[in-house]
Amino acid sequence: MAENATASTQELERAALDSLAAAKSESQLEEWRVAYLGRRGELSTRLRSVGSLPPEDRREAGASLNRLKISLTAAFDQAVSDTSKSERQTVPSDAFDITLPGRRGNLGGLHPSEMMMREILGVFNDMGFQTVEGPIVELEIYNFDMLNIPADHPARDLQDTLWVDRSSKDKILLRTQTSPMQIRTMEKQKPPVRIVSPGLCFRHEATDATHEWQFHQIEGLAVDEGITMSDLKGTLYEFARRIFGTQRKIRFRCDYFPFVEPGVDVSVDWNGRWVEIMGAGMVHPKVLEGVGYDSSKYTGFAFGMGPERIAMLKYDIEDIRHFFSNDLRFLSQF
Amino acid sequence: MKVPLSWLREYVDVNIDVEELAHRLTMAGNEVDSIEKFRHIDNVVVGKVLQVSPHPNADRLRLVQVDDGEGTHEVVCGAPNVAKDQMIAYASVGAVLFDPYSDEDGKTTKLRRTKIRGVESSGMVCSEKELGIGDDHDGILVLPASSPIGTPIGDVIGDAVLDIELTPNRPDCLGVVGVARDVAALTGETLRFPSLDYKTYGPNVDDLAKVTVADGDLSPRYLGAVIRNVKIGPSPEWLQERLLAIGERPINNVVDATNFVMFELGQPLHAFDYDKVKDHHVIVRRATEGEVLTTLDGVDRKLDTESLLITDPNGGIGLAGIMGGENTEISETTTNIFLESANFNPQNNRRTAGMLGMRSEATLRFEKGLRAGLTEVAIKRCLRIILAVADGEVAPGLIDEWPGEGTEQEHVDLTRNHIHRVMGVNYPVDQVEATLSALGFEFAPLDSTKNNGWRVAIPYWRSDIAIPEDLVEELARIIGYDDLPATPVAGQVPRWEPGAKHSFRNRVIDALTAFGMRQTITYAAIADELEAKAPPPAPRPGSSDSTASLKLENAVSGQHTTLRRSLRAPTLESAARNTRTWRAPVALFETGLVFQSNPDPNDPLPSQNEQLTGVLTGPRNDAAWGRDSNNFDFYDAKGAIEHVMEAIGIEAKFIPLEDPSYAQGKAAEIVTNDRKGTPIGTVGVVDPAIWERFDAVTENAAMFELDIEALRGIVDDKTRADSYSPYPRYPDSQRDLALVADIGIQVGDAIRICEQNRLVKSASVFDVYEGGGVGDGKKSIGIRVIYQSDNRTLTSDQVSRAEDQIVRRLEHELGVTLRS
Repeated sequence: MAENATASTQELERAALDSLAAAKSESQLEEWRVAYLGRRGELSTRLRSVGSLPPEDRREAGASLNRLKISLTAAFDQAVSDTSKSERQTVPSDAFDITLPGRRGNLGGLHPSEMMMREILGVFNDMGFQTVEGPIVELEIYNFDMLNIPADHPARDLQDTLWVDRSSKDKILLRTQTSPMQIRTMEKQKPPVRIVSPGLCFRHEATDATHEWQFHQIEGLAVDEGITMSDLKGTLYEFARRIFGTQRKIRFRCDYFPFVEPGVDVSVDWNGRWVEIMGAGMVHPKVLEGVGYDSSKYTGFAFGMGPERIAMLKYDIEDIRHFFSNDLRFLSQF
Repeated sequence: MKVPLSWLREYVDVNIDVEELAHRLTMAGNEVDSIEKFRHIDNVVVGKVLQVSPHPNADRLRLVQVDDGEGTHEVVCGAPNVAKDQMIAYASVGAVLFDPYSDEDGKTTKLRRTKIRGVESSGMVCSEKELGIGDDHDGILVLPASSPIGTPIGDVIGDAVLDIELTPNRPDCLGVVGVARDVAALTGETLRFPSLDYKTYGPNVDDLAKVTVADGDLSPRYLGAVIRNVKIGPSPEWLQERLLAIGERPINNVVDATNFVMFELGQPLHAFDYDKVKDHHVIVRRATEGEVLTTLDGVDRKLDTESLLITDPNGGIGLAGIMGGENTEISETTTNIFLESANFNPQNNRRTAGMLGMRSEATLRFEKGLRAGLTEVAIKRCLRIILAVADGEVAPGLIDEWPGEGTEQEHVDLTRNHIHRVMGVNYPVDQVEATLSALGFEFAPLDSTKNNGWRVAIPYWRSDIAIPEDLVEELARIIGYDDLPATPVAGQVPRWEPGAKHSFRNRVIDALTAFGMRQTITYAAIADELEAKAPPPAPRPGSSDSTASLKLENAVSGQHTTLRRSLRAPTLESAARNTRTWRAPVALFETGLVFQSNPDPNDPLPSQNEQLTGVLTGPRNDAAWGRDSNNFDFYDAKGAIEHVMEAIGIEAKFIPLEDPSYAQGKAAEIVTNDRKGTPIGTVGVVDPAIWERFDAVTENAAMFELDIEALRGIVDDKTRADSYSPYPRYPDSQRDLALVADIGIQVGDAIRICEQNRLVKSASVFDVYEGGGVGDGKKSIGIRVIYQSDNRTLTSDQVSRAEDQIVRRLEHELGVTLRS
C-alpha cells in the first residue's frame, strides 16, 4: 500500500509539473494554484485522506505529500516570477532606468607597500632572483659584523639601531636593513646565488614627511663566477625600465656602504631630475670570505631599495607617514 | 664638512661654476648636501646712488635715488655715509634681511613697502649687518666702484660654502686639502699643497721635553714639538675668517692654529702649556679605574682602564684624541708650548668618546682611522702656522715615538685582470695611470711588461685603501660610471630552493582582498596600553609557549615600546579609527610577524611567527539601493575564513570557544577537519567591552585570526596536491527539508546528519527563521539537500528512502521534526 501511495504521489507530481509548464499567464497560474495547492486542491485533499490509511503507512504517505507540497510551492513561485519577467519585457523601454547604479561587491585591496613590493619582486623573479624572507628581530652579528661593520665602526652611525637586548651574549636588535639576509642565504647555499629579500626594517630616527622609523626594504644579491659591476648596471637598468617606464635611464654615483666595494648610489631620471632610489655595489671580499666563499673565485653584487620611497615617487605621495596610518581614505586609492 | 670655496681655491684652481663643482664631487662620492651661498640674498643687487637729497620731514633722514639696472628707485635712508656715485647693496621689496635691532641671533625680516615720515621708500640700502656679513650697522656697505650694477649681491661679495656629507671611509676629506685633491683629480687641475717649511731656533727639542708611550697599542705614533716665547693673543683676521666661515669660534692664535690645521689636513692636534707639564715629560698610558681628569670645559671626567690618557708624572693632562685637560690649557700667560700630533686607535677613541658622551671634531677624525704618516705632515704645517700667527721659536727636531712603526699596510697590488673582474670592462693603461697620479697615488709596474698591473703605495692621507677593490673604486669614481656598459647577468640561474614563504601568504591575502577586505600594515612595536586593550590569546593549556613580551631598550617614542605579541589590538585600533572617518564598510586585515620570548635556550632569537588578523565593522555594504544594509556580524567573519580555506584547500571546522576577547558564546575555534584537529585560528564577535575601549562609532565588530605558520605547515605537509576529481555523470536530485527545531539546536548538527547519508552530495541552509507561526522556543530551518550517486541515476524511491532516514535521525538525535 505504501508503495502505491508513493507511486501515486509521483504521478501527481508529474501531472502537476506538466500543467504548470503549460500555464503561460498570471490567470492560468492562479487556476493551477487553486487546483493543486489550494485549500480544496489535490494536495490538501490527499493530505486529509492520509488519516484513512492503515497506521503503518500514514507516516510515509504524509511525509511524501508534504515534500511534494514544498517542491510544488517552489516550482509555482519560480513560474510566477518567470512569467512576470517575460510580461515586464513588454513594458515601454523609457520606464527602465539604466542610470541606477549596478549592484556591486565590495572592492578589497592590497596595501600600497605590498603592491609595490610585489611589483618589484616580480621584476627580479623574472630575472631568476628567488624571493627569500628572514627574521625581523635579528642578531647583531648578521645585521652588522658579518656585513663588514664591526663594533665601534663609524659606519654604525649611518644606521641608528633599535635594540631589543644589547646586554645578552648575542646582542639582539631590530634589523636596520634587509642585508642580513645576504649572510643567512650565503651561509646556507653555495654559488650561484640570486635572491631578493623583502621585509620590514627599523631605525632609531625622528619621524617626518620623508623619514619613518619603520619601513620596508628589498635586498638583492647575486653571487657567481664572473659577476661584474656592468651586470649590476644591466640588472638595475632593466628594473628601472619595468618599474618606471621603458624610456627611463639610471645613473650610478660613488657611495659608501661597508659591505660593498665599489659602492654606488643609483638614481633614476624622474620628470627631468635624478632621484636616488637605492644603494648598491660589488659585494666586499670580506663579506664573501666571512661566509666561506672563495673571493678569488666568486664575485657578486648587492642592492637595497625602499619600496615606500619608490611608491612615493610613482604615486606622488607627499608623506611617508601615510603608509602606516592605515587610513582607508589613503588605502582605498590603491 | 663645510668647505668655503675661497679656502678651497688656496689649494686648487676652480674654473667651473660652483654647481658643476658640487655635482662632480657628489658623483665621485663626496655628496654636496647644500651650497650655502653664504651672503647671497634674493632681491638684493648692486645699485648706484644717483642723487642724495634731504628728507622733507626729518633732519637725519635723506632721500636717495638708486639705479638698480632696471630703473630708478627712491629710498629713505638714515645712514650718515651715503653719498652720490657710491655702489651700494640695494634691497627691493621682498628681500629677507637680518634684523639689526633684534637681540635674537640670525632673526630675519621680509622687506615691505613702507612710508617713513610721510615719504614712501621703495626698498633699502643695506648695511653689513642687515646682509648678515658682519656686525657693522653704523652705515651702509659701500661696494668697490667696479661692481656691475644689477648683479646679485652674492656674486660680488659672496663666498659659496659647500656642505659635504662625507662617508665614514673618507676622513681625508675632513680636511680642505683632501677635498681639493679630489677636485684636482676631477677637474684636471693641479693640487697646490701648502708649505711645511719653518725656521727653528735654540736648543733641540729632545733637551726640552720627553715623551713616553706606555700603551703603544692605543697610540701607535706620538709626535711632539716645543715652541718657546709665543705671544698668545687673538688670531689675525685671515685666520679668524677661515674658522668663522666654517662655523668655528676663534679662541686664541695657538689654539686657532691647531684647529686650522685640523680642518686643513684632517689631523687633530693639541697644544699644552709647556710650563705646566711636570718635568716636561709626557706619558701616554691607559687610565686607572676611576681616575679623574678635569677637561678644559671644566668637567670632571671619570675614566676606566680602557680610556687612553695623556699624562705627566703628576697625572692626567689630556684625554687622548678627545679633549685637553684644564690644568695645561693655553692661557694668556702661556709663553711656551708643547705641541702634540698623534695617532690613536680608532675603535678605542670612539669607545671612550661614546662612553663619556664627548664626540668632537677630533674624535670625528680619529674614530675613522688615520695613518701614522699624517701626524708628521700636520705637525710641520702647524708649527709654520703658529710661527706666523703667534711668533715664538720652534725648537729644532721633533719627538717621534712610533711604537706602531712597520705595522701599517704599505701598498696594494692592482692587476688589470682585477679591474676587469670587478667592473666588467678594462680601462686603458694610460687612463689608469693618469687617474692614480691625479689622486696623488705613487705606483710602479708589477712587472717589466707594465701591462699586468701596478704596485700602488698607500698615501699617508688615505686610510681607506687596503684591497684592489678600493683602488678599482678610485678609478671608477673619478672616471665615472656613465660609460659603463649595462649587461645582463650571465651564467647559470640558481637551482630553485623550496620554502618561499611569500607565495602561500599571497594566496591568503588574495583570497581576503577578493572577499572585499583591505590590507593594513601597522607598526611592529606598540604601546603596552594598546596591547592591554585587546590582550593576546592565552597560551594553550600545557603548551610550552611563553607569552612574555619583548621591550625595546631605546624606543623611538612611548607609542612604540614593545614588540607586538598579536595583531589583535593594532587591527582593532585601525578598524576603530576608520569608523570615525570612513562611512563605507570597514573590513581590514593585516598579516605580519608577532614576537614572543623564545623558550628554546639554543635559539637566541625570540619566536617570530606570522599571524593574520581581520576585523569587520559597520555596514556590510555601501548604502545603495537593492543592497543589504545590515552591519557586519559573526557570519561575515566566518565567511571570510571559509573563503580563505577554500582558496588554500583546507577543510576546517568550527568548535565553540571561550576567549575573553570575544563575546561570550559568539566565538569559535577553527581547527582542521581531520583526525588531528590542528588549531588554525579563531573567529568571533569582539567582546563589546573590548570594542568600546577603541572608541569606534560602530557598536560592534567581528574579528578573526589565522595562524599563518600553522596553515603553511599543513599545506606544505600535504603529500599530494589537491587533485582534480571527475564530476559525477549521473543527475542529482534536489529536495528541501522544512524543519522545526528547538531554538538551542545547532544547525551545523543537522547539516552533519544530512551529509552523513551516503547518497547526499551536499546539504546547505537556505533559511533560518524564528518568530511568528513557528512557536515559542522554536525555529524553522530550511535545508536544501542534493542527492547524487557516482555510479547510477537515483530513483525517486531511493531518494525518498534516504530522505526518510535523515528525517528519522534528525528527530531521534536532535528532536527536529518536519514542519507540517
